[in-house]
Amino acid sequence: MAEEAKPPVPPPPPEGEKKPAAEERAAPASAEPAKPAAAAKPAGPVPVPWTSPLVEKYRGQYGSGLDAQTYLGQNYFAVDRSLIPDILRLLRDEEQFDYCVDITAVHYPQREKQFDVVWILYSFPRNERVRVKTQIADGASIPSSVSIWATANWLEREVYDMFGIQFDGHPDLKRILLPDGWKGHPLRKDYGILQQDNEWVQINLGIESGQ
Amino acid sequence: MNDSTHDASSRALSNLDLETPEKPYLDSNELIINMGPQHPATHGVLRVILKLDGEKVLGTECVIGYLHRGVEKIAENRTYTMFNPYVDRMDYVAAVSNGLGYCEAVEKLMNVEAPARAKYIRVILTELNRIASHQLWLGTHALDIGAMTPLFYTFRDREEILKIFEKYCGARLTTHAFRIGGCQYETYAGFEKEVKNFLTFVAPKIDEYEELLTTNRIWIARTKNVGVISAADAIALGVTGPVLRASGVKWDLRKAQPYAAYSEFDFDIPTGTNGDTYDRYLVRMAEMRQSLRIIEQAVNRIPEGPIMAKVPKIIKPPVGEIYHSIEAPKGELGYFIVSDGSTQPYRLRVRPPSFVNLQALDTMVRGLLVADVVAVIGTIDIVLGEVDR
Amino acid sequence: MPNFIMSYLNSKDAITPGAAGSQFWALVYVFIIFAGVSVAVMAMNWLERKALAHFQIRLGPMRVGPHGLLQPIADAIKLMLKEDIIPAEADQFVFWVAPLIGLLAAFTVYTVIPFGPSQAVSDMNIGILFMLGVSSLGVLGIVVAGWASNSHYPLIGALRSSAQMVSYEVAMGLAVVSAILMTSLNATGTGTLSMIGIVQAQQQQGVWFIFKFFPLGLIAFGIFAIAMIAETNRAPFDMAEAESELTAGYHTEYSGLRWSLFMLAEYAAMIAVSSIAVALWLGGWMRPFPNLLNAPAWDFIFSLFPALTFFGLAAIAIVGVVRMPAHSFFKIQRIGLAAFAAVLGFIALLLLVIAVAGRSADASVAASPAAKFSEGIDYVYWFVFKVAVFMYLFIWYRATWPRYRFDQLMKIGWKVMLPISLVVLIATAIVGVLVS
Repeated sequence: MAEEAKPPVPPPPPEGEKKPAAEERAAPASAEPAKPAAAAKPAGPVPVPWTSPLVEKYRGQYGSGLDAQTYLGQNYFAVDRSLIPDILRLLRDEEQFDYCVDITAVHYPQREKQFDVVWILYSFPRNERVRVKTQIADGASIPSSVSIWATANWLEREVYDMFGIQFDGHPDLKRILLPDGWKGHPLRKDYGILQQDNEWVQINLGIESGQ
Repeated sequence: MNDSTHDASSRALSNLDLETPEKPYLDSNELIINMGPQHPATHGVLRVILKLDGEKVLGTECVIGYLHRGVEKIAENRTYTMFNPYVDRMDYVAAVSNGLGYCEAVEKLMNVEAPARAKYIRVILTELNRIASHQLWLGTHALDIGAMTPLFYTFRDREEILKIFEKYCGARLTTHAFRIGGCQYETYAGFEKEVKNFLTFVAPKIDEYEELLTTNRIWIARTKNVGVISAADAIALGVTGPVLRASGVKWDLRKAQPYAAYSEFDFDIPTGTNGDTYDRYLVRMAEMRQSLRIIEQAVNRIPEGPIMAKVPKIIKPPVGEIYHSIEAPKGELGYFIVSDGSTQPYRLRVRPPSFVNLQALDTMVRGLLVADVVAVIGTIDIVLGEVDR
Repeated sequence: MPNFIMSYLNSKDAITPGAAGSQFWALVYVFIIFAGVSVAVMAMNWLERKALAHFQIRLGPMRVGPHGLLQPIADAIKLMLKEDIIPAEADQFVFWVAPLIGLLAAFTVYTVIPFGPSQAVSDMNIGILFMLGVSSLGVLGIVVAGWASNSHYPLIGALRSSAQMVSYEVAMGLAVVSAILMTSLNATGTGTLSMIGIVQAQQQQGVWFIFKFFPLGLIAFGIFAIAMIAETNRAPFDMAEAESELTAGYHTEYSGLRWSLFMLAEYAAMIAVSSIAVALWLGGWMRPFPNLLNAPAWDFIFSLFPALTFFGLAAIAIVGVVRMPAHSFFKIQRIGLAAFAAVLGFIALLLLVIAVAGRSADASVAASPAAKFSEGIDYVYWFVFKVAVFMYLFIWYRATWPRYRFDQLMKIGWKVMLPISLVVLIATAIVGVLVS
């Protein structure tokens, strides 16, 4: 069913953004490839560099490991994996980003570093939201932010459950939405939409298949 | 008893035992009790494993995922327009809010804005849904604590809201009321009049609920100082919505980062002081009244104009990412959408308020008695459809 | 006519069959009471469902019989036909006997309930002590039921129920004692424990004990009224048997008829403790305002009340008939309800005739059978009326209030009710001594 619904489109973004500096995972203005050049449509929104004292400070501190952009009015940092968890801790302690809104991941199978792990943070005193993104390879692990925000506990468990990304230092990293013995991580792009762990279904539910 | 649940229980034990993970299975004073997944008071399929010392709760573990339907995976296989109805099914009690968040997120990604009339209609329907959601919450929460009558009162009054929804978009619960770019349906003839009638109808009813419960000594005894969470804990745990406001943090996304037409209306943010169940009850009652205020202001001056912005028939947002969140009745409902330029989202992440709020259950019930666990689960106001997606 | 039947009737100078030693009539009274209580329990079941429903803005049973009047019968039949499940691990004999203990305790109490000055099975001179003692046996039934189920949750629920009942009995007992103290404030200076004696003491002293030494009588009554709700495990003290709680009640493992025996015992206990409250504080069988409005005309008006009540009920039934939809589906219901209205009207007419006959023959033939019969009916009527008010209050409390948590419940029993009842008792004693 997924096949019929999918209209013929070019594959996901990677080829538009394979830059030599792999950590700069900015989304370029790829509106053009999707639209015919004949229609005089205005260029779509482009991520623009984000300038602010905060950015200046961190750029000075971390140099090329950190890149700051703004897209559609939303600021984000694209950082090196080595900066995690320091940058997160700094953001909480010094910049008062005390509320971790969400932790999630995106899977780009064509890319060398397949996973984008995204933290969305919010600061009550500043009324600002910021995203922090980093790229990790398949099978690599990433430090857990549970010691920084207590809310990261279940959020990281869900990322682990859905993507298989290990978080070092998480007190109890186990599946949260899927049953404990499930094999496979569904939100990866190589997991089919209709796929299920038939073995688990047969053992635990006693039926042939969940379909 | 199959393998997976046995695994969960024994691992749950080691998880709860924070001091000495190698303790024997059952201390003579400690008891592991399982609540759910089928239980009259867990508001859905939620399993809570309690570790008790006599009657006191030492720790809890929530086992969720019984209602996991893979909504985020489905989103990657549906176009943006086709995915719109799926969104209602997450928090099915406040479906209109879900739809609002999603439509606004995609509109932001497409860099379009809904016209003013559509925004007003959206605000009115969303606030009506907030009242309906809080009414359902009140009925079920009171029932858990033993007061069986408010349930019927709130459900009867909720009917009026559902009738308005049904006349507007044909559905009572999973409304699919909004479209990307605005609203599809024009307001029906008599919409304003019916909404105004509803306002006069329901205001004394909310007073009726308060009369039954707010000064009732038994209610106060069951809810005061039960399930306390401090403001600092709440922020650290990412709790939002009435739970956060009852702990004293005066923060509401409708005021902090206004969306739809909320910046044009005048309303207050009720807060509590203690962060206990009683405060959460008061905050939600006050929120219902504030919603009435908003609706009253909105329905009197719905602007004329188109209800749909100029969006192409096939929605293809440019490549990029967006995070947009709204103040759903349960908390901050956020959508993180990654677009690859195609008609289907590359990644759609729903940040569910109930999921994050439920995590705070463990902090809230430490040291309480077993009977209070039921009250605290009710006061967090979870909908399992949203927790599990 | 055989002597054993007539001797009681002829020698009756207002004593109970028990006092007269007439076993036949004692048995007759027992039979009447048993039948009456069973009917009352069924009516209470119906009333609970209907009244609760009306509180919750819904209708309640409407289909089984007009306005659900036959619902209790349908429930009884259903429960009798249900499969009798006994858990394999349960202690068989004890499991079987547990509901019977509860029933025994609940029904034995009725032998001393004073429906009138001679309308009781027996007037033991330790009546109230007997009632308190025997009704406490009900606790045994509950504990035994929880134990016999051989399962955690019923056992915990049973222990909780029994702890609750025991703790509130202390406060109940002290409140009862303060009422009994008031009985001794008569000419001879001796009180009485007999139920009939207590009501007669109120009659002699010309005041219902609820109003005596205001507010002491009222507070004692209040303590008893609250304690009796906790005794019978009713809302707001029904944590031990509520469905949404973790530990299910002691009757979890019981199904079908056995479970209905528990419910029967619970309702019978409710009626029994309400009877104690009525007899001790509310003047038992006395009509309202016995002193304020004591002209013979008022006597006559109040003696018409039984007939008026049944006329009222018949009128409600007729209104129900009229309001029923005029559709062929409802034909049988309309006929049924009309028949029920007719029966009620007939009873009302009968009572009217008895009242008038009893009254019209008053001055000259004061001891005529008609007058005595009419008086007897009046006594029973007022007693039952007051108990019915309490029953309605039980239902009203259940509809309105949330339930207390168990530790709060126990705290109230021991830390609030007990001290207050002690204080009231001592104050009553002091005031009583000062007055006499």
